[in-house]
Amino acid sequence: MPDHAQQPLLSVRNVKVHFQVKNSNAWPWTPKKTLKAVDGVSFDLYPGETLGVVGESGCGKSTLSRAILNLIPATGGEIVWMGRDLRRGSDQDWLHVRKDIQMIFQDPLASLNPRMTVAQIIGEPLRVHRPELSADEVMKRVKAMMAKVGLREQMINRYPHEFSGGQCQRIGIARALILEPKLIICDEPVSALDVSIQAQIINLLKALQREMGLALIFIAHDLAVVKHISDRILVMYLGREMELAEKQALYARPSHPYTRALLSAIPIPDPRLEKNKQIQILQGDLPSPINPPSGCVFRTRCPQAQERCAQEVPVLKSLGGGTHSSCLLAQA
Amino acid sequence: MSLLKVRNLGVQFQTNDGIVSAVNGVNFELERGQTLGIVGESGSGKSQTVLALMGLLAKNGQTNGEALYKGQNLLSMSAKELNGIRGDRLSMIFQDPMTSLNPYLTVERQMTEVLELHKGMTRREAKKRAIELLEAVRIPEAARRIDMYPHEFSGGMRQRVMIAMALLCEPEVLIADEPTTALDVTVQAQILQLLKDLQRDFGTAIVMITHDLGVVAGLCEKVLVMYGGRVMEQGDADSLFYRASHPYTIGLLGALPRLDHDGSELVSIPGNPPNMAQPPKGCPFAERCSHVSNRCATELPPLMPAEHDGRVLRACHKSAHELIDIREVAHA
Amino acid sequence: MFKAKQSTLADTLSANLAAAPVEGRSPWRDARERFLRNKAAVASLVILVLITLACVFGPMFLPHTYSDTDWDAMSMAPTAQSWHLFGTDELGRDLLVRCLIGGRISLMVGFLATLSSVTVGIVWGATAGFLGGKVDTVMMRLVDMMYAVPYLLIAILMVTLLGREFYLVVLTITVFSWMDMARVVRGQTLSIKSKEYIEAARAIGVSTSSIIFRHVVPNLLGIVVIYTTVTVPGVILTESVLSFLGLGVQEPMTSWGVLIQDGTGVMESTPWILLFPAGLLSVTLYCANYIGDGMRDALDPKDR
Repeated sequence: MPDHAQQPLLSVRNVKVHFQVKNSNAWPWTPKKTLKAVDGVSFDLYPGETLGVVGESGCGKSTLSRAILNLIPATGGEIVWMGRDLRRGSDQDWLHVRKDIQMIFQDPLASLNPRMTVAQIIGEPLRVHRPELSADEVMKRVKAMMAKVGLREQMINRYPHEFSGGQCQRIGIARALILEPKLIICDEPVSALDVSIQAQIINLLKALQREMGLALIFIAHDLAVVKHISDRILVMYLGREMELAEKQALYARPSHPYTRALLSAIPIPDPRLEKNKQIQILQGDLPSPINPPSGCVFRTRCPQAQERCAQEVPVLKSLGGGTHSSCLLAQA
Repeated sequence: MSLLKVRNLGVQFQTNDGIVSAVNGVNFELERGQTLGIVGESGSGKSQTVLALMGLLAKNGQTNGEALYKGQNLLSMSAKELNGIRGDRLSMIFQDPMTSLNPYLTVERQMTEVLELHKGMTRREAKKRAIELLEAVRIPEAARRIDMYPHEFSGGMRQRVMIAMALLCEPEVLIADEPTTALDVTVQAQILQLLKDLQRDFGTAIVMITHDLGVVAGLCEKVLVMYGGRVMEQGDADSLFYRASHPYTIGLLGALPRLDHDGSELVSIPGNPPNMAQPPKGCPFAERCSHVSNRCATELPPLMPAEHDGRVLRACHKSAHELIDIREVAHA
Repeated sequence: MFKAKQSTLADTLSANLAAAPVEGRSPWRDARERFLRNKAAVASLVILVLITLACVFGPMFLPHTYSDTDWDAMSMAPTAQSWHLFGTDELGRDLLVRCLIGGRISLMVGFLATLSSVTVGIVWGATAGFLGGKVDTVMMRLVDMMYAVPYLLIAILMVTLLGREFYLVVLTITVFSWMDMARVVRGQTLSIKSKEYIEAARAIGVSTSSIIFRHVVPNLLGIVVIYTTVTVPGVILTESVLSFLGLGVQEPMTSWGVLIQDGTGVMESTPWILLFPAGLLSVTLYCANYIGDGMRDALDPKDR
């Protein structure tokens, strides 16, 4: 269980990732436009906690996760890892941090090098960070980790293409866990998998988290998946935070209209409930992130939008009980 | 007479590793205005079933059994006869609309072509009709947008264009192969709502292929659950959702992350899907089934009317009462 | 008794199978199996190996040398008499030996020029692809410029200035055939760079050099092998063209191109002098192309 009295493991403060994009049919001297993929996101993550990050395609959730790992450099804000600001860190600092923060990817097969065996893939982090280990010791640890994630030891010399999607994801998890990190960023780890396999992977992650005391950032595109694994949930839209709340509060009393829309859009596998429920259909399309709406970015599709939403830029405010919302109309 | 009656449909593929049976013994009937959901995971044969009906199997595929559309067997028709029916009386929408729209033609040209071919309309009449349909699928400014190219539409809009195209000739059967899988949840909700409205207005019968039991719950009256190329259970949506009597259906319902339950542990189905090149001798689900007995590995359970409800067909050696009781005890 | 023994054997065997690590099927092994299933490619490979062996070792077992004149047999048609199996040319030199010696030169030029142009191409293309940005732009514009240079003109200039030397032929061909490989390798590098497993390696903290040598290069090899096998026939043909134009190796040394050029002059009176080297060259080119096709199907089964 997360302990909020402790110092946060990771503090993300007002992080921005802006890209300069060139208009394809512009002259070479026309100024470039700014695409704000992530625009001012802040949260704290405590040891052993799971933060679910939810949003639809284009909301910046994947970019945010890559900015935390410096795979895509953040252009503003602070990323504080155990008290140190990583954005001002040297390469050496980063190498150190990468031992503690690992990542699991969306496409299980594509994230494994097709020309490496399972042993080489899972052993690679050890090769990089623990070069002093002997080949036998590496092999021993790889085998132990394979057993832990539910892969049979005989598979050790096989290549990724010989495995099913679920098994490939287990290999990815083993690779992420072999250094015994403190935080794992899971970028939609189950969205490419079949339902029966999804449940296996989610349960495996939960079991490993309990056993190893991991913190998780679990990215997903719908709110049903994160419900089973998260302690707190962050909802993003067009690069901005909409709502950040404890799980129970978010599902019982969503404070932001976008969260409500997301919740009502998820089909429930119960014919009577599903056929009779009131769906709040969002009108229109996602606005372009190069040219976002003024004020609240959600206002163009928000059923409750008022005039004030177009003028005032909302900030994330606390509504009490751990719930933070960026809706101008939300009341505590 | 049923609109569409499929009897003992089988699909085989000739591959380098020998003959692979992708679909075995599928039976169903579809009446006017009805919706049938075919549920299954990747490799279950759900897509091959409908591709066979449409005569769209890969070159190395062959079919057996029969698929009667108003008494005519679609499987034994010549390509020419089939062309008279598909696209006109039977039409299909795909998971990825971009692959089925020609990127080099405007939406107008692609839509009018179909009408000129099947209905003998003039270009002007056809365009008028096409605009009406784009309006019916709620594309804003349809008259202007009809002259745009497919890449100028967003993912959700493209899927609407596909649906409008499928509805051009007012088909009696609309086959939708995972039409919302590639879309965000809020867009999925829009599209599903649209399909429901269109069915009400046009009286089209829909065959919905999906892996998402939630989608089925909201849309379908009849459901067919497939696994390993075989039907595991089929019947009314209500009986399947509330009194699931096959271990696989029960497993799927338990593995599904859902909003209407508390966020407790998901019940995962262990193991991996069977390799279709070497199908198991007995029940394809036996390897992963928690109720497995010796008989299951060697003897294929036939698809038979269930003891508890004669309208439900199930393929399992274990008695339905026993399984339903276990489930109800677990829920209580 | 016997039956019981057999079953225990089977038991131990299956027990061993269960415990011992299963040998993985590497992508290379799969490719080899696919290649071996392709009958045309395997047959071509066998023929090409036979031709190469004949060129390398054949002249040692024949009673003639490539430059000696047999005064009893000038412009003689193929005959078994004193081993002139391919006949002789107008100077009485044995055509079989000359064809084999010429084959040595042609195949050697083909091999060396391919090796050097492939090496240059890989290094150039991979560097451009990795570094990207301005370096990439400059390097690839240079490649474009190379395409615009008329290579025959430069070849004639080089040979007239520096003489007809074996290494010059190799050099000339190299200078004008590395650009295709550079483009292909650059494209492939760019696509590999964007793969998720490269991102995964970066997230782990793998150093840039390790990423290049452990992750990018092994995945480049497939396309490099395919492209190399496609380059070989082109290079052999270029050598023949240069020789045919009198820019190849110096007489009495010979190559298939030189022999073909000799043969065309006398093809009405003594056609075998043209037909044998031309036949050998055609067969070699056909085989090399079939092998190239086989390699592509084997290594790239999706992109057919």
